[in-house]
Amino acid sequence: MTEPNTQKEWPLWEVFVRSRAGLDHKHCGSLHATDAAMAIQMARDVYTRRQEGSSVWVVPSAAITASDPGDKAMYFDPAEDKVYRHPTFYKLPSEVDHM
Amino acid sequence: MYTQAMDTMGKEMAEAPKALRSAEELALQARFDESIDAGDFIEAKDWMPENYRKTLLRQISQHAHSEIVGMLPEGNWIGRAPTLKRKAILLAKVQDEGGHGLYLYAAAETLGSSRDQMLDALHTGKAKYSSIFNYPTLSWADIGTIGWLVDGAAIMNQVPICRCSYAPYARAMIRICREESFHQRQGYDSLMVMMQGGTDAQRAMVQDAVNRWWWPCLMMFGPPDDQSPNSAQGMRWGIKRVSNDTLRQKFVDATVDQAKVLGVTLPDPDLKWNEERGHWDFGAIDWPEFYRVVAGEGPNNRERLAMRVKAWDDGAWVREAAMAHARKQTTKQQAA
Repeated sequence: MTEPNTQKEWPLWEVFVRSRAGLDHKHCGSLHATDAAMAIQMARDVYTRRQEGSSVWVVPSAAITASDPGDKAMYFDPAEDKVYRHPTFYKLPSEVDHM
Repeated sequence: MYTQAMDTMGKEMAEAPKALRSAEELALQARFDESIDAGDFIEAKDWMPENYRKTLLRQISQHAHSEIVGMLPEGNWIGRAPTLKRKAILLAKVQDEGGHGLYLYAAAETLGSSRDQMLDALHTGKAKYSSIFNYPTLSWADIGTIGWLVDGAAIMNQVPICRCSYAPYARAMIRICREESFHQRQGYDSLMVMMQGGTDAQRAMVQDAVNRWWWPCLMMFGPPDDQSPNSAQGMRWGIKRVSNDTLRQKFVDATVDQAKVLGVTLPDPDLKWNEERGHWDFGAIDWPEFYRVVAGEGPNNRERLAMRVKAWDDGAWVREAAMAHARKQTTKQQAA
């Protein structure tokens, strides 16, 4: 957060956890904290009590820009009829089909 | 658990939907109904009917309050747990409950209420929490019994909510259910130790705890289906998946054998196997007691709420100091 925070409630953070080395970080929830260091500490306490993670990211929720759910069809449906983007679209002779 | 919200919220939820204002709104409503019918999830930013939002906010926040208030009867025994092992287990369990409260508050916040608003509703008595936490924990056996029966009932209640139509709630429930199983098992295990290796006095203590908790646990599932006017709407919306009576029966059926293995008697003379139904019959539940406890007249309502308010008030300086520190650091960084 670059703006000094003047509100009374603690800001909201989104938490991302990498469950094992080699995997990507995955969103797992949110929490309130006054700053990044506290958010990391609390994310550890809340989301990794059973060894669910080996790395944690926290991001101020306000910093996330999301696509508009109202645009869902316009954004994502055009991919629906582009079956040629998938390997299964192509029928090859069985001798080479493991390609 | 703790899905009594729908049954204790009066008529508000059943109110007829207001006359729809525009063709656009009609189209949105139709699309929402389609999604529900198709078994799709509703996300926070999706359009939803106002009553759906209100009902969920109420249920999720009450669920969250129940987790937090539920820390009190057990926290009461952390300092008196009989061994270091039991103390570590109980600490972990109570910490889990706090975490469950947090997941649920976060899910409720996506519906447009702030954490402070929800806590204020709890502290002023406007919001309810599960009736079960208004009963006292008198002995160490109560802690094991809470794990076995209260958490057992909670799991029975919560598993269907993992398929709730509101996705943030469903995701929180999946996480909670994964952690909850340890709660029930540790309780049963602790009672087993007393029943098998304990003294007569300890066995009597376990039986006494079961006698006191059994009926309040059956009440956790909410009033009978024919007195649960909001259930139909909850089912329609995919918020409620299984009826109160069905869940209660499932709980009784599952618990009878566990009680036998443990060597305790469930305090119900009418409990008997019904071959025809393929279920256990059980006696009449004292519903006036349930409504008394929900209305604030249970043995511990005042004490529980007073504890929550005190914890909140006593922690105010910590919350403010942490904010002041963060502000100061930000200002310093910007000056540099």
